[in-house]
Amino acid sequence: MTITLQLFLLVSAALFCIGLLAALSRRHAIFILIGIEMMLAAAGLNFIAFWRFGPQPAPATGVMVTIFAIAIAAAEAAVGLALVIAVYRHYRTINVDQIDQLKG
Amino acid sequence: MSNWIIAHLWLIPALPLVASLLILSLPGAQRTAAAFLAIAGQIAALIFSVSAFVPTLATPGYRSFHNFTWLTFGEQALRLGFVLDPLTAVMLVMITLVSLCIFIFSVGYMAADENFSRFFAYLSFFSAAMLGVVIANSLLLLFICWELVGLASYLLIGFWIHKTSAAAAAKKAFITTRIGDIGFFLGLLWLYQSSGTLLFYDGGNGSLESAGLTSLGASATFIALLIFCGAVGKSGQFPLHVWLPDAMEGPTPVSALIHAATMVAAGVFLVARVYPLFSLGAVNGVTTSLTVVVWIGVVTALISALIALAQADIKRILAYSTVSQLGLMMVSLGVGGVAAGILHLLAHGFFKALLFLGSGSVIHGCHEEQDIRQMGGLRGVMPITFLTYAIGMMALSGVPLFFSGAWTKEEILHATSLWSVSHLPHYLMMAGVVLTALYMTRQMIYVFFGNRRTASAHAHESSAVMTGPLLVLAFCTIALSVVLTPAWPWLHEYLSGETASVEFAHLIQPILFVSLVLVAAGIGLGVLLYRGVSRGDPMEERLPALFRFLENRMWLDELYDWTILALGRFAAGLSDALDRYFWDGLVRLFGGLGQLFGSLTKGFDEKGINAGVNDATGVARGLGRIMSGWQSGQIQRYLGAIALGMLTLLLFYAWLT
Repeated sequence: MTITLQLFLLVSAALFCIGLLAALSRRHAIFILIGIEMMLAAAGLNFIAFWRFGPQPAPATGVMVTIFAIAIAAAEAAVGLALVIAVYRHYRTINVDQIDQLKG
Repeated sequence: MSNWIIAHLWLIPALPLVASLLILSLPGAQRTAAAFLAIAGQIAALIFSVSAFVPTLATPGYRSFHNFTWLTFGEQALRLGFVLDPLTAVMLVMITLVSLCIFIFSVGYMAADENFSRFFAYLSFFSAAMLGVVIANSLLLLFICWELVGLASYLLIGFWIHKTSAAAAAKKAFITTRIGDIGFFLGLLWLYQSSGTLLFYDGGNGSLESAGLTSLGASATFIALLIFCGAVGKSGQFPLHVWLPDAMEGPTPVSALIHAATMVAAGVFLVARVYPLFSLGAVNGVTTSLTVVVWIGVVTALISALIALAQADIKRILAYSTVSQLGLMMVSLGVGGVAAGILHLLAHGFFKALLFLGSGSVIHGCHEEQDIRQMGGLRGVMPITFLTYAIGMMALSGVPLFFSGAWTKEEILHATSLWSVSHLPHYLMMAGVVLTALYMTRQMIYVFFGNRRTASAHAHESSAVMTGPLLVLAFCTIALSVVLTPAWPWLHEYLSGETASVEFAHLIQPILFVSLVLVAAGIGLGVLLYRGVSRGDPMEERLPALFRFLENRMWLDELYDWTILALGRFAAGLSDALDRYFWDGLVRLFGGLGQLFGSLTKGFDEKGINAGVNDATGVARGLGRIMSGWQSGQIQRYLGAIALGMLTLLLFYAWLT
């Protein structure tokens, strides 16, 4: 069995869908953050895959973008966690069903 | 001194007025201060009056005036002024002196009244208004003060406002005198229109001076009669006399002040003041207006003397006697005896105030009982009141020599005998003298003689503050008889401004003996009829129908009620019906039309315009409700929406390629 681009894309799409599902369905804010991280990871996997199966030799653009994305994701996770803590301090809960002030 | 008092004549009414205002502004009920202020104001007015009286004595026919401009409109200037002449001077002294006695008497009489200080404020106000009438040199100023007198009398008659009868009497007095005042006011306007001035004396240009009088011509008769209407109302002459007896509802000092001594005298004073208007163009001393005055006076004097015979209320008898005496004065003025009329007015002012205050003392002693049939035998218990009352009674009846009324009455009878039109007034006035003596004797016997009946069982003499003024007034009554003797007619000359010829023949005229006989007849008849009377009235037993007729005041009040008042009620009912059904109907019709139009536009507004706006807003509201539902505030829904959108975009892209 040869390893093809389609296989990577399938894995990546599955990863994205799992992440999306987690972000949409979990009630716990931390799990939503984890879901978002998974979606970012799926996007990074796509970059690597398209770079690897693209015309060779090529500059290491895909790898670079992915490294950047991971760095930014780390920062974003820090901001997200800080938000979760702030929300918890304010509402005494991090169940997102009970946090519905983001309207109007 | 004399010039000063002319220029400051206005001080005489101003002082009591200031006293009145001060009393009204006293905080709380300060009884002593109120009485002190009122009496002090009156004493000051008396002092000024006497100092005004003195210079008028020096010169015969003295007259000085002080005019000033009150208002200027356009070319015209309305001028008012004060005049000082013998008529004013004697009236001033009489009013202030009598008022002073009454004020002092009131201190005792009203001692238990809770509105003591208000009473004194009104009394002072009344005195001020009356003094204003006397010093006015302008018919307008006189009219203003005249109306103030009317107001003061209204306030004082209705002083006991909690009594329905007092309130009704006050209203009756005010309205009845107002009827006469309408005539007075019309006369005033007419006088101004024809002569161009309302000043009496203005150095030759006044309306009572020759230049002004000639410009009047024939209208003088009508003007005089219209002004006389005011005098009829104020002096209680027939047919407007009905208010005066009812006015006895006020406190007794008020009756003495207003309805005996001063206010009712205003009418007689007015006629005397504008006498040149009445006598203009007189032939042999007779003019149409003076003839009317005589007959009104005769009718008044007789009717009220008759009614007085059958009254049971001590004050009502005096009230009718006042009406009768005022009629006598009017007769005197009408037949040309101006000085005699005014002298009788002066004498009457003193002795009638004396009688009223005496009756006040009696009423006070009998615990507010006014029915003479309940009294009796007071002679022993109230010696001072009895003595002074007897003096007043004899002065009123005209007992000669020592009682002032006799001389003036005799002079009036003398004047009527000289009247060229008819001798009837002369004989009728003689009958009046008999009647006066008769009803006063009746009253004396009922009140002071015989057995003590229910009301007088526990009677007591009044305190010195009440008997003092009685003594002063009694003294004045007797002193006036000396001043008024025909043997020394200086007061007569002083008033008329001409020298009277003192002849011995004049002194012992037959009229003197006739009047003596008349008075003796009246008193004798009274003693004969009422001697030993206990409860029933001898006249009632003998002539029940006549007595009933007189007791009910000749049914004059009822007659007015059936005629004039019925007419008034009918007119009121008619106007009411007109107002209620016709005008009100019109108003309702237009109102209904307006309402109809209003409801039409309202319907259009609601169904047309408003509904459109409502629908539009309804749509907006519905959309808003749906969209706000989407905004749940739940982040995951938003996230889901983003995912859905992205999916849609992807599918769209796939469909494109």
